[in-house]
Amino acid sequence: MTEAARQKFYDKCGRYLFIASACLMTILIFSIIIFIGRQGLLTFGEVSPLEFFFSAAWDPSAKHFGALSFIMGSLLSTLVAVAIGTPLGLSGAIFLAKVAPDWLKRIMRPACDLYVAIPSVVYGYMGLILLVPILREYLHLPTGFGVMAASLVLAIMIMPTILTISTDALNAVPKALGEASLALGATWWQTIWHVVLPAARPGIMTAIVLAMARAVGETMAVQMLIGNTPQLATSLFMPTATLTSDIVVEMGNTPFGSAWGNALFLMAFVLLILSLGMILLIRKFSQRSVA
Amino acid sequence: MFTKKKIGMMLGTLMVAASMVLTGCGGSQGAGSGSGSGAGTELSGKVSASGSTALLPLLKPAQEAFQDAHEKVTVNVAGGGSFTGMNQVAEGSVDIGNSDVNLPDEYKDKGLVDHKVVVEPFVFIVDKANKVDNLTKQQVIDILTGKITNWSQVGGADQKITLIHRAKSSGSRATISDVVLKGAAFTDDAVIQDSNGAVRAAIASTPGAIGYVDAPYADDSVKVLKFDGVEFSAQNIIDGKYPIYGYGHMYTKGEPTGAVKAFIDFVMSDEFQNAQVEKLGFIPVSKMKK
Repeated sequence: MTEAARQKFYDKCGRYLFIASACLMTILIFSIIIFIGRQGLLTFGEVSPLEFFFSAAWDPSAKHFGALSFIMGSLLSTLVAVAIGTPLGLSGAIFLAKVAPDWLKRIMRPACDLYVAIPSVVYGYMGLILLVPILREYLHLPTGFGVMAASLVLAIMIMPTILTISTDALNAVPKALGEASLALGATWWQTIWHVVLPAARPGIMTAIVLAMARAVGETMAVQMLIGNTPQLATSLFMPTATLTSDIVVEMGNTPFGSAWGNALFLMAFVLLILSLGMILLIRKFSQRSVA
Repeated sequence: MFTKKKIGMMLGTLMVAASMVLTGCGGSQGAGSGSGSGAGTELSGKVSASGSTALLPLLKPAQEAFQDAHEKVTVNVAGGGSFTGMNQVAEGSVDIGNSDVNLPDEYKDKGLVDHKVVVEPFVFIVDKANKVDNLTKQQVIDILTGKITNWSQVGGADQKITLIHRAKSSGSRATISDVVLKGAAFTDDAVIQDSNGAVRAAIASTPGAIGYVDAPYADDSVKVLKFDGVEFSAQNIIDGKYPIYGYGHMYTKGEPTGAVKAFIDFVMSDEFQNAQVEKLGFIPVSKMKK
C-alpha cells in the first residue's frame, strides 16, 4: 500500500521534472531567437534593409553597414565545402555500406567518429600552418587566405557527417531491392546508381543539409583561414569574410547597443534564419522518408 | 512534491547567481568610492576595471603590487576590449574603463574623466626577407589605402604587397587611422587577424606582407621598418621624432575617489612607471614632453 503510493508519487515527480525540462528548453531557445532578433532588427532604425542586404560597403565608422560580402562569403564557402565534401562522403558511405568487409567496417565507423572529436580550432590551425602556405606556393597566390582554404577545411569537417548519415540511409534500403536489381541482370554499379542511391535519397539529402548547417555556422576554423576582410569575393583565392568570422572578429570591441553592435546581431539573426531554414528542409526530407 | 522543490531550488540558485553577476560590479563601485577617503585611514574596498587587452600585461602587476601594499583592497582587472571598457564605465558597472583609444563622440556627454597612464608605441613590420628598410609617411599612406600595391614602387623587389592588419573595431587600427592616415580609409583588400600575435605570425610567414603591431610584439621573427627615416625607440618617441603612438587610457565616471583614485595614482606613480612600464615595452607618460 505505502509502497504503491510511493511509486505513484515518484511517477508524478518524474513527469513534472520532464515537463519542466521541456518547458525550460523551449523557453530558452525562444528567448535566444527573440533576443537576437529584437537586437538585430534595431539596426533597421539606422540602416535601410536595402543597404544591409545588397551593399558590400562595410565601414561602420563611416556609417556604412552593407553585409552583402559576409552573406555571400558564408553561402559561397558553404556551397564549395559541400561540393567537395559530398562526393567524398558519399563514396565513403557506399564503400562502407556495400563494399567493405565486416572487419573493416568495425574499424572505419569508430575512426569516422573520431573526426567529431577534433576541435574546430585544431582544424583551423592545421589549415593555417599547412594548407595556406601550400595554396600560396603552388598556385602563386599573394596570401593563400580565402574561400578555397576555408572550404577545403570545412569539407573535411563535414565529410564525417555526410558519411555516417548516408551509410545509415544506404543500410536502411531493403536488401530485396538490390537483390532484385542484380537478379534482373543489372551490374553492381547500375544497381548502386539506379536503385540503391535513389531509394536512400531522403536520408542522403538530410545528411547534406545537416552538413551545410554545420558548415555555415562554423566559426573558428573559417575565421583563421578566410582572411576576414569585407570585400566581395570575385575568386575563390582572395581574402573575404563570412557572417561568423566577422562577428567573432569585431564583437570584442564593438559597443553593445550601437548601430554597429546591432548590425552584428542582425548578422547573427540572418545566420540563425539560414540554419533554421536548413533544419526545416531536413524535416521535410525525413518526413518523406517515413512515408 | 520533492522534485518541484528541487526545481525551485535550482531556479532560485540560478537567479541568485545571475543577480550576483549582474549587480556584483555595481555594488563594488559604491564600496570602492565610498570608503577609505579619509587621509591617514587605511584604504579598503573593491576596485573593478575592464577593457583593453593591450593594457592587461601592465595592469596585472599593478594589481598585485597594489593589493600587497593595501591588504583590505581587492582589485579586479578584466579584458573585453576597449569599447567594452568604455561602455561599462559609462553605465557604471565598473569603476575604471581601460581603453587604447580616445573617447568617441557618443561617450563625450557621459561625464567620463580621462587618465592617460602610458604611451603605447606602434611599429610597421614586414617579413624578414623583405629588402625595404624604410618607408616615408606618404608611402605608408599609399600602401594602407591601396594606391601602392607592389614593393618595387617603394624600392623593393617586384612582389605584391599584402596588407595584414586588425579589424575595424580594433583600437590599434583606430590609432593608426588617426595618427598616420588622418581620416583616409584603409583599403579592404587585406587580410584581417584579430590580435597582435596573430598579425605578427601571419606577416612572418607571408612573403611581401606588411602590417602594424604594438611595439612590444615586434620580435625577431619579423623586420621593423623605419618610419620617415626614423628608427623606433623609446627615446625617439620622447624626443617627438617618431610619431606613431597612442595613449593607454583609464577612464572613470567623474573624478575618482578612495581606493579607485589610489589605484590610478599608483599606476601613474614614478615608482611603478619606472619599474614596470618600460620593461613591458610601453613608455611612461611622465617622460613625454607635453
